[in-house]
Amino acid sequence: MIANYGYKDGSGDYFIAVDTDKCDGCGRCVEACPGTVFEVVDEDPNDPFREDPVVIVARDKGRKLKYECGPCKPPTNRPALPCVEACPQDAISHSWDR
Amino acid sequence: MGEEEKKQEYWRWTESNWKNPDIKWEDAKIVTVGIDVGSVSSQAVVMTDGQVYAYSNMRTGSDSPESARNALNLGLEGTSMPESRIDYCIGTGYGRVNVPMADRSITEIACHARGAHFIYGPEVRTVLDIGGQDCKAIRCDEKGKVTNFLMNDKCAAGTGRGMEVFADLLSVPIVDVGERSFEVKEEPEPVSSICVVYAKTEATGLLRKGWAVNEVLAAYCSAMGHRIFTLIERIGIEKGFAITGGLAKNRGVIERLTKEIGVEPMHTEWDTQIAGAAGAALFGYALVQKGKGRRK
Ligand code: SF4
Ligand code: SF4
Repeated sequence: MIANYGYKDGSGDYFIAVDTDKCDGCGRCVEACPGTVFEVVDEDPNDPFREDPVVIVARDKGRKLKYECGPCKPPTNRPALPCVEACPQDAISHSWDR
Repeated sequence: MGEEEKKQEYWRWTESNWKNPDIKWEDAKIVTVGIDVGSVSSQAVVMTDGQVYAYSNMRTGSDSPESARNALNLGLEGTSMPESRIDYCIGTGYGRVNVPMADRSITEIACHARGAHFIYGPEVRTVLDIGGQDCKAIRCDEKGKVTNFLMNDKCAAGTGRGMEVFADLLSVPIVDVGERSFEVKEEPEPVSSICVVYAKTEATGLLRKGWAVNEVLAAYCSAMGHRIFTLIERIGIEKGFAITGGLAKNRGVIERLTKEIGVEPMHTEWDTQIAGAAGAALFGYALVQKGKGRRK
């Protein structure tokens, strides 16, 4: 499943997509993220029949993504995003650049 | 204008309950209940062996536990079924963790996909749920399992609550908004902002400019439709397009939205507001069958 966490408002789209078929809940993104955006849970709240751990973005974090991720997204010379870099499964993507 | 008219609550929609006359609950093997406590409305669906036996749809009260209780009471009203007969109960919706009688909670994303799959049939691939304070777009497979979803709950624009505020503002009963928005000579430009905070200023401005109330309604409905369109575009819309939630009943928004999307929405005889609770009850049924739904 592609889980899109985030929001859209007048200024743009701010979504983090997690491919839950790839994610195995290893938690490396949690460690890498300075904004504590991610959280590993034992079962996918959006898939009651899945019993393996998976990463989610909590609702209150999802509503503030533009600001939470701000420090990782400077206007110039942007390095790779820590969460995307950390994920061995290539499960994370972001919908916005800055 | 009489005092009575002034007091009218234009946002108010009718609460309801229903009981399936063809089902005798006494014959059921497994009874499951789904309770969906949304920010604006709450529903309880009672299923006997995976079929809808009874349901209720009402306004969410001041707290979730009480709303869940009221929805269940209304759902069981006149059925003579004792609550002890319920094998498994699942809470969903905004207030899902505060449903005291629930054995487990499941997100509204999973429940809406499952419920839409049930009330619209297995051809459903895209579900749009326009709830009281959020808007969800979900893609699912032929089994009703979620494959892609997004949810926007950041602002009230493009939600049921936004429409309630607007109906109240223009003193038009909410159930008439859709119909009246088509009673215009010519489709007006959508209002530029549908932010609930600015809607008042903008609507008042338009009325002052000489717009008819119906024209303002049309402009607002089409702005709301467009807003929802730009949101669901992200996940892509496939044929087998189902709309759930209260706003599914508002022709003014839905027809403008689907025109923009270019995909005809599916039809159902069921009340579109019960999708989440129906999905929850179905999950309960599946879990009990799998032997996972043991009461605590
Ligand atoms: S961009 Fe930075 S703050 Fe945002 S989720 Fe990734 S690591 Fe966390
Ligand atoms: S690093 Fe990748 S695989 Fe590991 S928990 Fe995060 S998203 Fe999942």
